[in-house]
Amino acid sequence: MPSDAGRPAGRRAAGLRATLYQILVVLLLVGLAAWMTETARRAMQQRGIASGFDFLLDRAGFAIGHAFFAFSPDDTYLQAFVVGLGNTLVVAAAGLVTASLLGTVLGLSRLSGNWLLARAAGAYVELFRNTPQLVQIVFWYALFTLLPGPRQAMSLGDLAFFSNRGLLVPWPAEPVVLAVALLLLVPGAALGFWVLRWSDRRRRRGRATPAPLALAGLAALALPLAFWLAVGAPAGWSVPVLRGFNFAGGLALSPEFLALYFGLSFYIAAFVAEIVRAGILSVGRGQIEAAQAVGLPRTELYRRIVFPQALRVIVPPLAAQYISLVKNSSLGVAIGYPDLFSITNTVLTLSGHTIEAIAIMALVYLSLALTIGALADIVNRAVRIRER
Amino acid sequence: MATLSCRSFAKTSDGAPPRLPPPVARGPVGWLRRNLLASPFDAAVTLLLALAIAWFVPRAFAWALTDAVFWAPDGAACRGAAGACWAVIGEKYRLILFGTYPYEEQWRGAVVVAIFVAMIGFSAIGGISVRVKLAAWALASVATLVLLLGGVFGLSPVRTHLWGGLPLTIVIFVSTVAGGLPLAVLLALGRQSTMPAIRAISVGVIEVVRGLPLIAVLFVASLVFPLFVPPELQVDKLIRAIIGMIIFFGAYAAEIVRGGLQAIPAGQHEAAKALGLGYGLRMRLVVLPQALALVVPALLNDIIRAFKNTTFVAILGLFDVLGAAKVALEDPVWVRYAPEVYIFVFILYLLFCLAFSRQGMAVERRLAVRRR
Repeated sequence: MPSDAGRPAGRRAAGLRATLYQILVVLLLVGLAAWMTETARRAMQQRGIASGFDFLLDRAGFAIGHAFFAFSPDDTYLQAFVVGLGNTLVVAAAGLVTASLLGTVLGLSRLSGNWLLARAAGAYVELFRNTPQLVQIVFWYALFTLLPGPRQAMSLGDLAFFSNRGLLVPWPAEPVVLAVALLLLVPGAALGFWVLRWSDRRRRRGRATPAPLALAGLAALALPLAFWLAVGAPAGWSVPVLRGFNFAGGLALSPEFLALYFGLSFYIAAFVAEIVRAGILSVGRGQIEAAQAVGLPRTELYRRIVFPQALRVIVPPLAAQYISLVKNSSLGVAIGYPDLFSITNTVLTLSGHTIEAIAIMALVYLSLALTIGALADIVNRAVRIRER
Repeated sequence: MATLSCRSFAKTSDGAPPRLPPPVARGPVGWLRRNLLASPFDAAVTLLLALAIAWFVPRAFAWALTDAVFWAPDGAACRGAAGACWAVIGEKYRLILFGTYPYEEQWRGAVVVAIFVAMIGFSAIGGISVRVKLAAWALASVATLVLLLGGVFGLSPVRTHLWGGLPLTIVIFVSTVAGGLPLAVLLALGRQSTMPAIRAISVGVIEVVRGLPLIAVLFVASLVFPLFVPPELQVDKLIRAIIGMIIFFGAYAAEIVRGGLQAIPAGQHEAAKALGLGYGLRMRLVVLPQALALVVPALLNDIIRAFKNTTFVAILGLFDVLGAAKVALEDPVWVRYAPEVYIFVFILYLLFCLAFSRQGMAVERRLAVRRR
């Protein structure tokens, strides 16, 4: 080979050896995979299990107990997977929001000058971080199932009820309208952010806008508000009422959902608290002193100096915690919450299509993890400090 | 000019009145002012928290101690009690701690736990070489297996499906770490390799396993894996679970080890090459010792997580501490006292995890001293 002509003989031999190694490893892996597939194929032939994904369109024949989404035994396996994914997304989204808010408050509390607050937050973090998440989930579940029955339910102002059937809360009579309005908050928030930047630019040119924060808030709420008014401003609430032995109306949050939600958010919140604390501590002391020296007020100090620099340190480990939260929503299987993993478990038992069911589940979890990772990458690039 | 600028700082007689001295900053009153009542907001937070604690602590104290029942052989005394029923622990602690291990042989499990606790303490002692510590761990592992399996030295043999409780948790944990760390080093080296095929395989394994829930990896190991292997090569349920744990732990730890490898400057590689060291020796003698020392604190965090994650095997139907606790609660007499049982399990894990993290801090301090 002409390109190797100038290279010393030893280097050429090393290159050859590397190629040989790789061919050997790849051959070994391919051989192993082929042998295992053949074994599996033969075993399944013996047991008369058909392979392939056609079973997805068969009648599922099982009911899903708790449901944010309607599902009947006449629906297909594919629909069962979709309902499972929906349940996973609901509990994960609720957990993400709660864990982030609670974790941020706890992290800031640990840094607070208030002795009592810092100690209380520290005790929380140590307690929840150093015990298995599964034990926490099972503990909450045991606690919720021991609550009194619906007739002796703990009433929270006659609006919400806490019993062994779970928590019943008032819910808008038109949940779809609410969902769309909440979704519209996303572009709304972007608009509000833009208004803040715009008023900042104006202020620098010497023409301050009055009350820029209120203006930004208004801009953020404008879109959802306009949509709500456009559909006729539905304001009805469905409030739970005790009828006979059970409740009617409202939104029922089952003990399974609550236990999983508590277990996910309280556990991850402890880790988020540590990440937030480490991020804020990573901001150089000189930065803060410099900001104080130029007379920046406390809120501005945090908004303009501390948080932007802390975010760089916070975002990557935070994304890892978010992925961990979404993945660990699969622990719902331990208490019977019908998340994607539990549904997969039921499907593979009933249909016998173990490999296919697990492949679908693995693919969905992988794409969820990759999506969060990609989003974190985008945020990470946005908060990066551009150096010269 | 100089006199003018001087004058602008001079104090004039018609200026502002002298300010009050700052408030007391010393003694208990000063401490209170600084730490609890620094601002109106702080004072409000303190008040609210103090009220919450004053409401919660006496109730928790009454539930856990004064109103609690500690002795109730048949559970009758617990029925009307306003507080906790700790009698359930007295009744079931053997089951929770040792699972379904034969009752007369449970002293063997107790010895295993004692060995493990002693080894944690031994590892925390500074000034002993890593090699001695590893040898001690290997010896302890062999002793553990001999004790639990039996069949030699007059110990009656006990099959693995009877293992349970804390000894089982310890076996799974130690095997996970012992098998996972070498796998992590291999995967991390593979990811850093110059050979594209090796790199692609390592990246694939790491990313796929890290993207899956642990319980899914365990299911693959215990449900799917047997389908791919002929019957004569089937392995025990416990070993399948441990393989799943090892792969998951290895993929996570590989990323930590990679961080350490990336922190080693290229000069170290070049210097080792200049001395004529081949790849194996270069990694073993120069790169890995430095890289691993850098990531010890992060690895310890992962090891603590592996300990907490051993509870996942309860979902597979193994009787570790959590699984055994669930079995204990199947008894209709005691089924109502699940919170008490889980609090007991909670405290058990808390003690071990706190011991690990204290040890981690000690290691971190020792490393910091050495680096200086």
